[in-house]
Amino acid sequence: MINASLKQLSSALAAKKLSAVEMAAIFLDRIEKFNPALNAFITTDREKTLIQARAADEARRVGSGGTAISPLCGIPLAHKDIFCTRGWRTTCGSKILANFVSPYDANVVEKLAAAGMVTLGKLNMDEFAMGSSNESSYFGPVKNPWDVSCVPGGSSGGSAAAIAARLTPAATGTDTGGSIRQPAALCGLTGLKPTYGVVSRYGMVAFASSLDQAGPMAKSAEDCALLLSAMAGFDTRDSTSLERTPEDYGRDLDKPLAGLRIGLPKEFFGEGMDADVRAAVETALTEYRKLGATTVDVRLPNSALSVPAYYVIAPAEASSNLSRFDGVRYGHRAAEYADLAEMYSRSRAQGFGAEVKRRILIGTYVLSHGYYDAYYLQAQKIRRLIAADFVAAFKECDVIMGPTSPSVAFAFGAKSADPVQMYLSDIYTISTNLAGLPGMSLPCGFGNTQLANPMPVGLQIIGNWFGEAKMLNVAHQYQKATDWHTQMPEVAK
Amino acid sequence: MSWEIVIGLETHAQLRTKSKIFSGSSIAFGAEPNVQANAVDIALPGVLPVLNREAVVCAIKFGLAVGAKIAPRSIFARKNYFYPDLPKGYQISQFETPVVSGGGLTIRVGSGDTATEKFVRLTRAHLEEDAGKSLHEDFHGRTGIDLNRAGTPLLEIVTEPDMRSSAEAVAYAKALHALVQWIGICDGNMQEGSFRCDANVSVRRPGEALGTRREIKNLNSFRFMQQAIDFEVQWQINEIEEGRAIRQATVLFDPDSGETRSMRSKEDAHDYRYFPDPDLLPLEITADWIDQVKSGLPELPQAMKARFESDYGLSSYDAAALTTTRATAEFFEDTTAATGKGNGKLCANWVTGELAAHLNKTDMPIEASPVSAAQLAGVIRRIADNTISNKIARDVFEALWSGEGKDVDAVIEAKGWKQITDTGAIEALVDEVLAANQKSVEEYRAGKEKAFNALVGQAMKATKGKANPQQVTDLLKKKLGA
Repeated sequence: MINASLKQLSSALAAKKLSAVEMAAIFLDRIEKFNPALNAFITTDREKTLIQARAADEARRVGSGGTAISPLCGIPLAHKDIFCTRGWRTTCGSKILANFVSPYDANVVEKLAAAGMVTLGKLNMDEFAMGSSNESSYFGPVKNPWDVSCVPGGSSGGSAAAIAARLTPAATGTDTGGSIRQPAALCGLTGLKPTYGVVSRYGMVAFASSLDQAGPMAKSAEDCALLLSAMAGFDTRDSTSLERTPEDYGRDLDKPLAGLRIGLPKEFFGEGMDADVRAAVETALTEYRKLGATTVDVRLPNSALSVPAYYVIAPAEASSNLSRFDGVRYGHRAAEYADLAEMYSRSRAQGFGAEVKRRILIGTYVLSHGYYDAYYLQAQKIRRLIAADFVAAFKECDVIMGPTSPSVAFAFGAKSADPVQMYLSDIYTISTNLAGLPGMSLPCGFGNTQLANPMPVGLQIIGNWFGEAKMLNVAHQYQKATDWHTQMPEVAK
Repeated sequence: MSWEIVIGLETHAQLRTKSKIFSGSSIAFGAEPNVQANAVDIALPGVLPVLNREAVVCAIKFGLAVGAKIAPRSIFARKNYFYPDLPKGYQISQFETPVVSGGGLTIRVGSGDTATEKFVRLTRAHLEEDAGKSLHEDFHGRTGIDLNRAGTPLLEIVTEPDMRSSAEAVAYAKALHALVQWIGICDGNMQEGSFRCDANVSVRRPGEALGTRREIKNLNSFRFMQQAIDFEVQWQINEIEEGRAIRQATVLFDPDSGETRSMRSKEDAHDYRYFPDPDLLPLEITADWIDQVKSGLPELPQAMKARFESDYGLSSYDAAALTTTRATAEFFEDTTAATGKGNGKLCANWVTGELAAHLNKTDMPIEASPVSAAQLAGVIRRIADNTISNKIARDVFEALWSGEGKDVDAVIEAKGWKQITDTGAIEALVDEVLAANQKSVEEYRAGKEKAFNALVGQAMKATKGKANPQQVTDLLKKKLGA
């Protein structure tokens, strides 16, 4: 049961092999047993979960008055703690929101609840989604289930670890510079960041508004397609959400890949990628050629600029987005202060961790008078150049492929002393966010094979704008031909 | 050597939308604190702004009314600063690309025939949200925060430094105040803060470059504006004449002392770190949208003033007085429509004279006038057809004003004020007057013009003012062989 696909779980519920309450209990018990070692969840609440499960059972029993019951009804999932959930606390991995209970649900939470999905709890994450290792969480680091001495990736590290350890069948994540794809790669999962604007950002605590996008994380492309179909859609409360006809993202899953043109950017296969990652990715490409695809070389000449541009734009937006955490209306407020200025400085100094402070300082600096033109405006220009690179590349191919991350999961502390090394973990994922393109990661082998614990490698697929269904098709066909996505760590067996 | 005063004004006009500029909360004034603040207004984590289309319509109306350029694409920017009544830690405003730029207002400075017209150029007008209110008084050493006002739509209207006296500044502010109400985008209520002005003031020797300015914040009455600018100008002149340089600063006007006080100098000015708000798309306004708004716009005061002058033969002064507010203009036009175009001048005299005097005395807006346009038209019709004299008309008006009567003719009838136009009756009367005032007759015949007026006066007195003065005059002249 814990390794079943969402489709199988759905069938089991439909066939009354077990109830949603029983299904939820299986995962709640696993969370109770394994979470203390993994620290993937920040908040669980068995009672609240079971109330939702009972409601799902009831919905499946009585039907929903003519409209079809969603196949997701009764299936449990967990939310990254960046999504506001009414009645559950929403911490965003930060001390400043450690006791914040939202009075409203995020759009994504609302939509998945409307489909009848049952919330298992709130998942750990890098503080305010700033990080690639989950070491910046106020609630402590998440451990990688494949090797608890290694990071799970970030910022959606709790989501990735929880699915890998089979503490939940699926989870929501958010991706600002790779925060869905990189942890999916490091934990051997499938995760998808949609085109900017496909999923509403309403109720998702903002990190960098022009880059943030929510997406599904699960064990397979097929599961991601089901979840994305339920998560996506226009929302009048988000001005950057796109008004488009609703899609079934699984519609093309079974299309054969004959004739598929895979673009391989030279810039994604240069120096900086570990040999084990390169080998796994090359093997995956060989598999794709077997499936009828052809590979073409493409150029993304400005991709080297993506990390510096990102580390101007994302901190700039974050420095402003995080201003609302001031201790005035909610969240942490310092116990003692002499005046207003001190109330702000102490509350924020105590409430934010080091990485968040670093990015607020960078962002404040690059937006300052006299520096704005040199940094922010330049970075925005680079952003347009990067998008133009992709437009040119997609004239020659249908999808782009490469590694998700330059290395497999690294040990705790390996990069935390050097922020730049940490930032480079996202070197292959960031340009996608800058261009607003969809991207996904799927398991394609293992690295670090000399050691006791082989660690998963992720293959990245970048699609054209609104190319989610195509990407999922490309991923699903690979997953039909290979079994990397069904591999699991010891804890899940 | 004389000094030249240079003034530019920045005005925040609260827009008359139903809801806030970026959320669905009501903006009605006077509610209990924080009941009109939803998740977006209090800036909970994860909330996002959605632009209120009505606020944009208001901006377009204003742009059209002042002959400005309406940007086909403008950008909302974040102005970042910390303050407890600013929930997001930034204000959403417009910075580099405002929705409205250019245009201007014609103002009248001075009164009566000596008044002069001047064109004040506008730099820009942009949309932004208001902050909440900090309540420092009611909480014994603590500060209360009311976020009802947070997110209220504002249009910030900025002039070029075109005004050269406090009188010009006040004339501009009044003209703007009238205009925003005229086109229905602002209720103009200065007590409630719907219309607030900041004045940038500097002085210089004529012909020299602009002096250093100081900004007087939050002037919420025309009288304070005049006092504050006058004080500030004198202060700046004294400083310079005593050899001290003016330093750029923000100052507050204290109505009790009549003085301006420095709030903060340029050195502690914020760096607002403006940047385009990534939560909002660029505001795009199509030509079609502008046309649609234009078709719903009322006739503008300047156009109406010109029409009053040409259609009714009014003086520029009268036409200006009648177009100070839309309600006044409508009252005048309703009155004129009911009396005929030929009585335009008479109607103008009554609206700007008797009616205005009564309204002023009781501090009443014309909308609340106890004498309706239809009633005033009734009075004017009876003057025009010689039923009553101007003097009696004032008594009729008074009776209508006090509520003593409603129907003009009924009042005239009941009071027996109908003008005597029967030639026979007047002739008999004139004969009596001549007989009783032989002395005046002789004086008149001896060449004293004044004596004639005395005779007319006697005749009018004898009829309690009801005789037609023209008929009396004519008859007297005939009888005296003049």
